[in-house]
Amino acid sequence: MSELSLPRDIPRPAETRDTGLFAWIASLDHKQIGIMYLIATLVFFLAGGVQALLMRTQLIRPENTLIGPGTFDELFTMHGTTMIFLVVMPMLIGFATYLVPLQVGARDIAFPRMNAMSFWFLVFGGLLLYYSYLAGGAPDVGWFSYAPLSERPYSMTTGVDYWALGLLSTGIGTITAGINLMVTILALRAPGLALTRLPLFTWMVLVNSVLILLALPVLNASLVELLIDRLLNAHVFAPQGGGSAVLWQHYFWAFGHPEVYIMVLPAFGMISEIIPVFSSKPIYGYEFVAASTAAIAFLSLVVWAHHMFAVGLGFASDVFFAISSMLIAVPTGIKILNWTATLWRGSIRLTTAMLFCLAFLAMFTIGGISGVSFTAVPVDWQVEDTYYVVAHMHYVLFGGTAFGMFGAFYYWFPKMTGRLLDETLGKWHFWLALVGFNLTFMIQHVLGLMGIPRRVFTYPNLPYWGSFNVVSTIGSYILALSVLVFIWNMLRSLRRGAPAGDNPWGAWSLEWATSSPPPEHNFDRVPPIWGRRPLWDLAHPAASGRPPWWRELARRTRRPAMPPAQMGMLIFIGSEATFFLVLIISYAYYHLNPSPGPTASQVLHPAAAGLNTAFLIASSVTLWWGMREQHRGRRTSFIAWLGVTIVLGALFLFGQGREWLGLLTSNVTVARDLFGATFFTLTGFHGLHVFLGLLLLGMLFVLALLGQFRGRTSVGVESVSLYWHFVDAVWIVLYTLIYVWAFIK
Amino acid sequence: MQVSSPFNPVSPQGLATKSLLELVLWLGAGVFVIVAGLVLVAAIRFRARPGAPEPPQVEGRHQWEYVWIAGAVAVLIAIFIPTVAMMRAAAPPGGSEDPGPDIIIIGHQWWWEIRYPHGGILTANEVHLPVGRPMVTRLESADVIHDFWVPQVGRKEDLTPGYPTTVVLQADRPGTYLGACVEFCGAGHAWMRISVIAESSQAFDAWLASERQPPPPPATPEAVAGEKLYASLSCDHCHASTVAVGPDLTHIAARQTLAAGRIANTPDTLGRWLADPQALKPGVLMPDFRLTPDQIRDLVAYLETRR
Repeated sequence: MSELSLPRDIPRPAETRDTGLFAWIASLDHKQIGIMYLIATLVFFLAGGVQALLMRTQLIRPENTLIGPGTFDELFTMHGTTMIFLVVMPMLIGFATYLVPLQVGARDIAFPRMNAMSFWFLVFGGLLLYYSYLAGGAPDVGWFSYAPLSERPYSMTTGVDYWALGLLSTGIGTITAGINLMVTILALRAPGLALTRLPLFTWMVLVNSVLILLALPVLNASLVELLIDRLLNAHVFAPQGGGSAVLWQHYFWAFGHPEVYIMVLPAFGMISEIIPVFSSKPIYGYEFVAASTAAIAFLSLVVWAHHMFAVGLGFASDVFFAISSMLIAVPTGIKILNWTATLWRGSIRLTTAMLFCLAFLAMFTIGGISGVSFTAVPVDWQVEDTYYVVAHMHYVLFGGTAFGMFGAFYYWFPKMTGRLLDETLGKWHFWLALVGFNLTFMIQHVLGLMGIPRRVFTYPNLPYWGSFNVVSTIGSYILALSVLVFIWNMLRSLRRGAPAGDNPWGAWSLEWATSSPPPEHNFDRVPPIWGRRPLWDLAHPAASGRPPWWRELARRTRRPAMPPAQMGMLIFIGSEATFFLVLIISYAYYHLNPSPGPTASQVLHPAAAGLNTAFLIASSVTLWWGMREQHRGRRTSFIAWLGVTIVLGALFLFGQGREWLGLLTSNVTVARDLFGATFFTLTGFHGLHVFLGLLLLGMLFVLALLGQFRGRTSVGVESVSLYWHFVDAVWIVLYTLIYVWAFIK
Repeated sequence: MQVSSPFNPVSPQGLATKSLLELVLWLGAGVFVIVAGLVLVAAIRFRARPGAPEPPQVEGRHQWEYVWIAGAVAVLIAIFIPTVAMMRAAAPPGGSEDPGPDIIIIGHQWWWEIRYPHGGILTANEVHLPVGRPMVTRLESADVIHDFWVPQVGRKEDLTPGYPTTVVLQADRPGTYLGACVEFCGAGHAWMRISVIAESSQAFDAWLASERQPPPPPATPEAVAGEKLYASLSCDHCHASTVAVGPDLTHIAARQTLAAGRIANTPDTLGRWLADPQALKPGVLMPDFRLTPDQIRDLVAYLETRR
């Protein structure tokens, strides 16, 4: 097979490859960044594991006084937050960062610098979160920080502030990672790799990125509102000031349930890669596995209130969310059965990676089944908020995702390092993990059904409670031992592992077509792709059923719809829209349920704001006109119109500043009432976006003066203008929402 | 002692939930046995053998996919129908001539204020129910979110500040049923326990009557001294019915437990509690008054008269 040319848009790799520490820290190579993700998340995994062991030790007998409630509450909050935001989600992103460019046959990820930024935002967020210990106390209100317990009057240390800031930081990093992965998959695929031929891991990362971009902005907006409550004395979620404690729950779970799938889908992808390879058969029902992923992602957006059946939202709401939650079991069941069918009549090699995937099937099925029991609402009314939930989520996230990731480590470690992990240690790791995990968590179902609430630092000496907890604690020690074996295996194999070669497992996707570890530019040449298993097709030229050449020609000559930068900007705008949507819902909610205090119609002046609106709309027009001039090759005119746009944007900001000043002097503030809180949050964040847009326009302006943008089009100008038009569109929505709505009768 | 579990229900809703729970668990067990069994059989039967040829490269059959989808949908329908039926049964009765709730439970950090508005009764941490009579109960919170759950009696429900809700409590067998706050509410969450005491109609009415009576005046010298101490320490600063920082103590001696189910209520444990509240219930808002043993004896003697 001859060498194929790569698409021209692929970023060039960095010039040199140094192996020192600085080369890692400053790296823009997706493989190095991916490995750094894995190392950082493994460190956090150990921290979260120690927290879990401390909790299990405290719970080993009733009325234990080893750890008091203050420390214990910090432990479970930090354990949950660490494992979700600093381990599971970023570890999956780390694998994706490493693997996706390889699996699509690209030289690097779409935006290498933003990739490094995503990773360092994660590290920074993790450090912020853990800094809380030094700053007077870690957060101690649970990983979902229910208001009003998380509000200042009930949580007076800075723990929750650091929690929110840390999650905002990791949240931004996650969103940029999602954009990066999505653009990489959509725009940088090797010739012939149609979306319908994607390896399932990459496919699920694509779906997962969509979920990230829809869910994480919801969390970010809620965190911002919580911080405004805590730091600026607003009451968005504080019932004592007219806010709604239920609103926080809606927001949190509108993020939180998609988050569950964000933490599971890539693991689905991993086992969809590993099971077929070690069964020597293609995945059974590729289309169904792929489509069910999309179905799960879609459904996961409309099931959040099944976390809130105990709130008492009423019959209609409970039935709706019961149905939508039950429906999720269908695509999940399709997946489980397709994986099982892949095994059937295969030729199964029970490597450690495969063992973990088989255990995944059984363990995740238990987690799925206990998940279905929450959709039977009256059952949820009994088991919600008990140890049954603790057991359920660990079957999903440990028996499911963590087992999948362990399998992924054994499977891809050779690709990353060039050395195999030791199989004997691997088997020890597997069996200790399987036994320890089930000892720890199976009995917690029973504990929950016997009435033990979750998040208790101790419990009364009632029949069986003590002895069952002993079993769980012993299991957790065995599980911890298995993790030590795993870590030892990796450290040992890094130096002494058997050399792996390019393709130790006889696998079929593109990452196995290059050396282990891959060169900095990933591929010397990408093999031809005319199916879902390029390397299998290569090995079976007769059987592979190569499609007719004219169809392949059509696939190969198809150009991406738009440059990656513009695509990235559009996706970013989508996530920003979600962010604003949450702030808009808050405003609308309190406009309809006003608290005592001034309201929009009493203090706002629609005419002045209308003039302001005209400025902003005009700025969109001038920018559009300026770009038209650029397309016609009139550079001076383009620069002039850019300048006019900047002036109009600045006028808007000036007008808004005047309005704010007027409101503040008449004592309409964030802390005054809920109109104030939501109005300033909404217009403030919009103003911030205008300000950032002005900075970008200013950069374009200066660069243009310095002689840039000599061509008739420029990706930079196009992307900034997309952003600017978006900011204007948001303002039109806000003007209608805030000013027009207040004055129509 | 009976295990406090949804499998030992004493209310009609609890019984219905138990049968639904059993249905879900049996169906789930069936699904698990099928999946795990198939995986296990495949892992044994289709293990790779050296020199064996590559297995047939089957990519899937649509018919099987439809069979699985139909199977999953059938299981879910089997769960959904009884779910909705049971939810309807558990809904609190509506109606135009709503006489208001029989009981109001108000969550506090970390105890339960319990009111019987028709009888003008205020108590704490123990809910008395007449056997067999459904009691409409309103749930509120004075501070953060709590959650009322007594597994044998039935569903749990949050006590959300600013969002009162209504449930029906019913117990068809006399007895004491243990429960707890199950929504994390801060440092004292683990010891925010509750009990439901179901008794015959006569016993319930007698309890109501005794709660309505003021307690007898203290008679012994220790109790009289204790009453003075109670006043001088300003105990009612928190424990008066109008303040509700701490539970009302008018009939404290008639209750079975102390500190929201932390410990059985005896003169001895009451003394221990007064001597060092934090030792029994870390995080509790009750201060340590550094009382001398004599003062504790007097206070206990006084409080024991309040029944």
